[in-house]
Amino acid sequence: MRDAGGATTPRPRLLSAAGLLALLRERTIIPLLVMLALLVGLSEVIRPGIVSANWTGVIIRASIPLAILAGCQTITMLTGGIDLSVGAVASMSGFFVATLVGDQGLFVAILVALLLAAVVGLITGIGVGALGVHPLIMTLGMGLVVLGFANVWQVRNVQTGAGVPSQFRTLGADLTFNVVPVSLLVFVPVAILIIVGLNRTGFGRLLYAIGDNPVASRLSGARSWQVLITLYVISAVLAAIAGFLLSGLTNVASVTLADTAVLPSVAAAVIGGTSILGGRGGYGGTIVGALILTVISSILSSLGYPEAVRQILFGSIIVFVAAAYTRITSTS
Amino acid sequence: MSTPQAPIARQMGALAAALRRNAWTLGLFGILGVLLVFTKIIQPTYGVTGIQGLAISVLPLTLAAVAQACAVIARGIDLSVGSMMALTSVVAASGMDGRSEGAAIVVVIGVLLLGCVLGAINGSLIVLTRVPDIVVTLAMLFVWAGCALLVLKTPGGGAADWLRDLTKGSVLSDWTPKAAVLLLAVVGVIWIPIRRSRLGLSLYAIGSDPLAAYRSGVSVTRTKIFAYMLAGLFSALGGLSLTASTGIGAPVPGPYLLLSVAAVVLGGVSLAGGRGGILGPMVAVVILSLIRTDMTFLNVDTNLATVTQGLILVGVVMIGSLIQLRRGT
Repeated sequence: MRDAGGATTPRPRLLSAAGLLALLRERTIIPLLVMLALLVGLSEVIRPGIVSANWTGVIIRASIPLAILAGCQTITMLTGGIDLSVGAVASMSGFFVATLVGDQGLFVAILVALLLAAVVGLITGIGVGALGVHPLIMTLGMGLVVLGFANVWQVRNVQTGAGVPSQFRTLGADLTFNVVPVSLLVFVPVAILIIVGLNRTGFGRLLYAIGDNPVASRLSGARSWQVLITLYVISAVLAAIAGFLLSGLTNVASVTLADTAVLPSVAAAVIGGTSILGGRGGYGGTIVGALILTVISSILSSLGYPEAVRQILFGSIIVFVAAAYTRITSTS
Repeated sequence: MSTPQAPIARQMGALAAALRRNAWTLGLFGILGVLLVFTKIIQPTYGVTGIQGLAISVLPLTLAAVAQACAVIARGIDLSVGSMMALTSVVAASGMDGRSEGAAIVVVIGVLLLGCVLGAINGSLIVLTRVPDIVVTLAMLFVWAGCALLVLKTPGGGAADWLRDLTKGSVLSDWTPKAAVLLLAVVGVIWIPIRRSRLGLSLYAIGSDPLAAYRSGVSVTRTKIFAYMLAGLFSALGGLSLTASTGIGAPVPGPYLLLSVAAVVLGGVSLAGGRGGILGPMVAVVILSLIRTDMTFLNVDTNLATVTQGLILVGVVMIGSLIQLRRGT
């Protein structure tokens, strides 16, 4: 139908339409930024005066843990995988630090949590990379294992009590001059590392190559098992960092803290234009995706809509955006 | 002398082939048997009540696993199984609340139809948008869970007495709990005719090779929608079983998504599609549940039971892919 319509339209317009499509295909971040701007505008229309410097800071602060978790999804999805253990790993890390900080001090607590996360990532990576277990299954299983161990740890430590360290609360929740979130101190380096890592390093190119065509990348000498093991270790460490920030932001240390963020993190990556089939996407879009989801949440809660409507809308948006991507990128 | 032996040999060959084909399921039954004996040893009082409790407790998850298996066999995956169960459960509970026993029959039929519709929507969206199954059903997980919250904000509603009685007690002998008989009957009535029909063959065909299926005249899109419709129907049955066993409907999805995927994989259904049946996943659910029971008998921390379930899931899949790697190279 579109073709029939295109045949009757004059040539220049067709060219520009094709050019626009090509541009969108190359730079998927443009429509995303437009969508984000529209949503911010919508917030202002619904509640005049709400969009302020402070509001922006609050939105960014709320997006940061989600954006980091969505980073885990982005880098794993590029290889055709997914990391559903990020929720358990993030919660566990935040919780471990909160329970250990009293006896061991902050530095040791963070180190232990990061090490544990890395071990979890290592096991996941060995399963996915060396043994060829489906990433969905492997990360689901590891999520259960981590949650179980965290629960055991919780029962052991129920007497000693736990508290989110004040440094985390500052890092996760404070706004400098009521505007700039302190968590940017963590997020900016992380984001730069991911973006540069994906675009400018051999490792990043290997991730795209494995996701795009595993057989071709193997034949051209990529040791995919090594890449995948490293990838899942990185993903788990990122999840742990997100867990630190999340525990600071909410001032809650719980073994299920980040569980509700897992599916939104996948959603942010999908909205950001990363293909779940691998080989296509990037972290820039994911960050915008996380911001979009956070703004939508804020609009809905400011309208007083119940959680139910938020979920329905979230789901519909994911389907809609993903369908739009498929249309844009597959018609060539 | 050799002529009468030939058919026997052929029969033996056929038997061996059948055994090999169902080796995984038979192995699961073996493990189940060992586990039951083990349970009896560590808890000598384990008997009729234990079996009945087990049958009732595994009912929702078994149906969730069957629903998941339907999607996975057709090379899909349905992440919205738990949400559809929550939605159908609250619709059933609020529909039956304060109504007569007779009206409840209409509600039950309506809920089953609703399940089919939910599944058909999932399948149609996947086919129409050409977005990967996992993304669409992930999104629909949110949508159906939201709808469930719209129907009932907090756990509530009611269930007809006959529905509640369906799962309680036993029939014929004490050792055949009603819940288990009902489960086998319902699943059998729905699945066996489908499995034997052209449609069932199409399910496996699009699961093992969509292109080959398409070239041999199978409508891939229609079959895929049908697979998700089946998943929706079994999820609705799971939701009804939740309402039947608790007497209310809860709008928050239970842990059925993760466990259903786990059970499907343990049950020998390949995530790549086209391989496995639904008996395997059902047995896997019982095994997982029995392991949990045994660990409580042994006074093991219930959280370690979660760890064990995860380890079993990962371990079994690892061993499975190791075997495949060996065979492949």
